[in-house]
Amino acid sequence: MNWIIAIIQTLLFVALAPLLAGWLKWCKCRLQNRRAPSLFQPYKDLIKLSSKQPVVAEHASWIFTRSPYIIFSAMVLAASVVPFIAVDLPTSASADVIVLVGLFGFARFFLALAGLDIGTAFGGMGSSREMTVSSLAEPAMLMAVFTLSMAASTTNLSVAITHVLEQDLVLRPSFVFALLALILVAVAETGRIPIDNPTTHLELTMIHEAMILEYSGRHLALIELASQLKLMLYGVLIANIFFPWGIAESFTPEALGYGLLAILGKLALLAIILGISETVVAKMRLFRVQEYLSFAYLLGLLGMLSHIILEASR
Amino acid sequence: MTIENQDFYSQAILSMAALVGLMSFLMLGQGRLLRLIFIFAVQGFLLTATTALAAYSLNNPHLYISAFLTFVLKVLFIPWMLKSQVIQMNLHRDLEALKNNTLVMLGGASLMVFSYYVLHPIVQTSSAVMLNALAVSLSVVLLGMLLMISHRQAVAHVVGFMSIENGLFFAAIVSTQGMPMVVELGVAFDVLVAAVLFGIFFFHIRTSIDSLDVDQLNRLHEVDK
Repeated sequence: MNWIIAIIQTLLFVALAPLLAGWLKWCKCRLQNRRAPSLFQPYKDLIKLSSKQPVVAEHASWIFTRSPYIIFSAMVLAASVVPFIAVDLPTSASADVIVLVGLFGFARFFLALAGLDIGTAFGGMGSSREMTVSSLAEPAMLMAVFTLSMAASTTNLSVAITHVLEQDLVLRPSFVFALLALILVAVAETGRIPIDNPTTHLELTMIHEAMILEYSGRHLALIELASQLKLMLYGVLIANIFFPWGIAESFTPEALGYGLLAILGKLALLAIILGISETVVAKMRLFRVQEYLSFAYLLGLLGMLSHIILEASR
Repeated sequence: MTIENQDFYSQAILSMAALVGLMSFLMLGQGRLLRLIFIFAVQGFLLTATTALAAYSLNNPHLYISAFLTFVLKVLFIPWMLKSQVIQMNLHRDLEALKNNTLVMLGGASLMVFSYYVLHPIVQTSSAVMLNALAVSLSVVLLGMLLMISHRQAVAHVVGFMSIENGLFFAAIVSTQGMPMVVELGVAFDVLVAAVLFGIFFFHIRTSIDSLDVDQLNRLHEVDK
């Protein structure tokens, strides 16, 4: 029974990811006084792309054609690990947060390889930039997540969320820092505006788009869906770790429905905040990205320090 | 005693302490003067909130007056005055190049650990909350000094000086549970006078060396090097 719920939860996660992307786009359009496309436009795009024949370059090796499937399955695995509408599911018990970061790294590794594989200048440039950004973002993310792990004395996400839920409202200085650090890292890793612009194809600025420039057809559809999943994964992580109230703790239909409503509301709110920040913040020069990410790391470090200094028992 | 078993007031004071510390770090890494002044105003607002919180939970109404004074002086008046001076002297477009920014930030982090280490011996005589809040306010004082060392603009030095005062003020609120009114009024007045005096000094420095960059003060040597 629990396994069925876990599978349904993962399927729901994958099915809802394009909707989140559509909602984010809708918010941004409304904020910038533009006519917004329909909320279901990402679904239509994905269906259109997957019905088209992929065009593969002559010199592409097997890495190029296999990568979309590998990246997509890594993201689906990651989606099954993160508690979405309920805690204590068997899938989330099988892997902890370090595995989650590992899955992100695995997907990124293949994406960078695929960018290099064709041998065009853009692909290589995108891969090199992506690796630079992620090598700085990953320690910051681990630092933020370790703060949570130390507070809950576990690295398992589901157990940690239950731990936060069991206490009444506790104001933790360390969580404020960890939340800020995780938001900064999430913006950098999902390629949103101060770091990378997901809507541009301008040579000098693109990072993620440069790597997937050569993809078309169903390969592109899989990669697009994977990056939408990644955005949603970070959103769910932020929402459920720091504001877990409403997530289902038992498997009754009411609790599950309530959990689904809660997480949808939280994600919608997060997307509005992201939309506002993308509208008011300008894109950063590439060489300032390391300042931004070292600030995220500093926040993570401060979170850890303030957990040890301000909160620990003595 | 872990944070879960402390009362809500202590948790809130600790969170405020953490945020005040964070603001000091933000100021340390900030090269633009207007943004530096804005962060200073935010720190002042956090102090106001802390004072109001102490007034509410200790049931000490005269602290509300102190909170109001802090708000008017440190959130509205001093930032407004500094900002108008920066704009008047046409410094708001300058981006100060910070030397060794990363090193300074790391130095700041180690100052925080150092201030905790220094205050550790008094753990027996005080509650855990007070020790932590004192450690954070000592580190705010030290970070303010580091800010004055690492920045070259005179306006940044003033902001650093004022943030040292913020750290002392935070320590005073948390540890004494409300100072006598006379002391508070005196401190508030001192800050006000200092801000006005600094304003006058800006103009003097500017007329004598034609810049507010204190490195240029080396030109005042009597003997040419």
